[in-house]
Amino acid sequence: MKRDLTPWLLLPIVALAMLPLMSFSTWLTLTIAGAAMGMMLFLMASGLTLVFGLMDVMNFAHGAFITLGAYLAVTVLGRLSGWGGPDSLAWNLAALAVAVTTGAIATGAVGAVFERVIIRRVYGSHLQQILITMGGLIVAGQLVIVLWGAQPLQVAKPVLLRGSFLLGGAAIETYRLVAVVLGLLVFGIAYLVLNRTRIGLLVRAGVENREMVEALGFRIERLFVAVFVAGAALAGIGGVMWGGYQEVVTATIGDEMTVLIFIVIIIGGLGSVTGCFQAAVLVGLTTNYVGYLTPKLALGSNIALMVLVLLWRPRGLFPVAKQ
Amino acid sequence: MAEKILLQLEGVQTHIGRYHILHGVDLSVPEGGLTVLLGRNGAGKTTTLRTVMGLWRASAGRILFDGTDIAAMATPDIARLGIAYVPEAMGIFTGLTVRENLLLATTAGRFDDARLDAVFALFPVLKTKWHDAAGGLSGGQKQMLAISRAMVEQRRLMIVDEPTKGLAPAVIEHLIGGFHTLKQSRTTILLVEQNFHMARSVGDSVAVMDDGRVVHAGTMADLAGDEALQGRLLGLSLAAHQ
Repeated sequence: MKRDLTPWLLLPIVALAMLPLMSFSTWLTLTIAGAAMGMMLFLMASGLTLVFGLMDVMNFAHGAFITLGAYLAVTVLGRLSGWGGPDSLAWNLAALAVAVTTGAIATGAVGAVFERVIIRRVYGSHLQQILITMGGLIVAGQLVIVLWGAQPLQVAKPVLLRGSFLLGGAAIETYRLVAVVLGLLVFGIAYLVLNRTRIGLLVRAGVENREMVEALGFRIERLFVAVFVAGAALAGIGGVMWGGYQEVVTATIGDEMTVLIFIVIIIGGLGSVTGCFQAAVLVGLTTNYVGYLTPKLALGSNIALMVLVLLWRPRGLFPVAKQ
Repeated sequence: MAEKILLQLEGVQTHIGRYHILHGVDLSVPEGGLTVLLGRNGAGKTTTLRTVMGLWRASAGRILFDGTDIAAMATPDIARLGIAYVPEAMGIFTGLTVRENLLLATTAGRFDDARLDAVFALFPVLKTKWHDAAGGLSGGQKQMLAISRAMVEQRRLMIVDEPTKGLAPAVIEHLIGGFHTLKQSRTTILLVEQNFHMARSVGDSVAVMDDGRVVHAGTMADLAGDEALQGRLLGLSLAAHQ
């Protein structure tokens, strides 16, 4: 099948266009920081784009899963602080792996309950979805305060993941590199599941035409639950990584990402995981480059990026055909 | 021996929102034959097919498939009884390849080589486009893919909604050949068709709908040979539909 590769050219074009505006070491630092931020954005947004694409559900409570993931990073890394000492990188990574796994499982489980109790009642009604998920976001924020308290909490990031190393004269943060590797790993797994498995085939078909998938004998509501749980779990993983990146966690850490996440899934094309990946990296790079050159324009630059992409491709970089 | 009725609709009524579309449809589809559902636009043909598939819920009446009432069953369960549905819009997944579209129609997730060969023999173009995105196919090729999807496994009943709509005459002839091949395999088919050339070529029995009811049922040969009946049921000679 012919693949549309044109949007992929955007990444090298944006990156290389910035090179003359700064020194190479600064450019390399910002590029890796942007890629790392992009990977975390991808983790946080990929579930939402699938939920919207397949289920046509506008879940504004998605940020709550990110918040939960971030707080679980506080708890799990706090409990495993003995693993996070300066002696062993392997134990440092193991502590982070446990936090990521816990975040995925816990937010996935919460997602299953949320789908069953709240989302299932509002399928087909965007207005009700917006109202009820906004309400859910507020309730979740208050529950987090009840469980963890209202004060900002420090994430006990493993010691060897706090530092940085020099590469080509640029300081590269270890944690960001870990985020890049994890993001690529998750994208690779998501790509393989969506393109090489039967359940992935069903998800892609369901995003296009739910009714026909049912007419072929498949129960789409089971797919809905699976996708919603996977989306929540991915947001949880993103939350753990974002919490570790920010190092200080508040009850609004997920809400604050909502605008950026919606920009990412709109640029990528609603329902497209590949588009979400590409858009997340693009937004991450743009935020870092513009944040360095003209800090006040950082968020505005992403909105401008979205406008430019939509002028070029009104349904996003990788539009998914809907019937 | 009387022919066995595979699908029987008894007094089926369907409401879509506040609109009352089907007003008591009675229809019999004999096993192993091809039944054509005729009628002017808005008569309720597509609604009848969608109601059989459970895509719209019957508000009254019974839909018996091989003796089992399926009126209250969910669409996936109806499909799993061995009923294939080719909607008017074809229902092709344009972002998937031809292969992936057909693979979705298999229950075990793998092809039966013999049936796949039969599909390729009928529609060779699908073999050449095997790894191409279905969205890039022409209208006729998409229709071939939609029908092939219903053929890729043995089905007890195929429900096909206006397969010739918008297609070139040469493609329609090709489809007619395809339906003749399907008939040889004794697949039961319920076909909605406006093109009378197609309907007359492939139909064994016929039902004519008007205003949400079946107003005539009989053999295609009887209807094709009676211009007065055609005029009374359809408002004009069926030859005019060609």
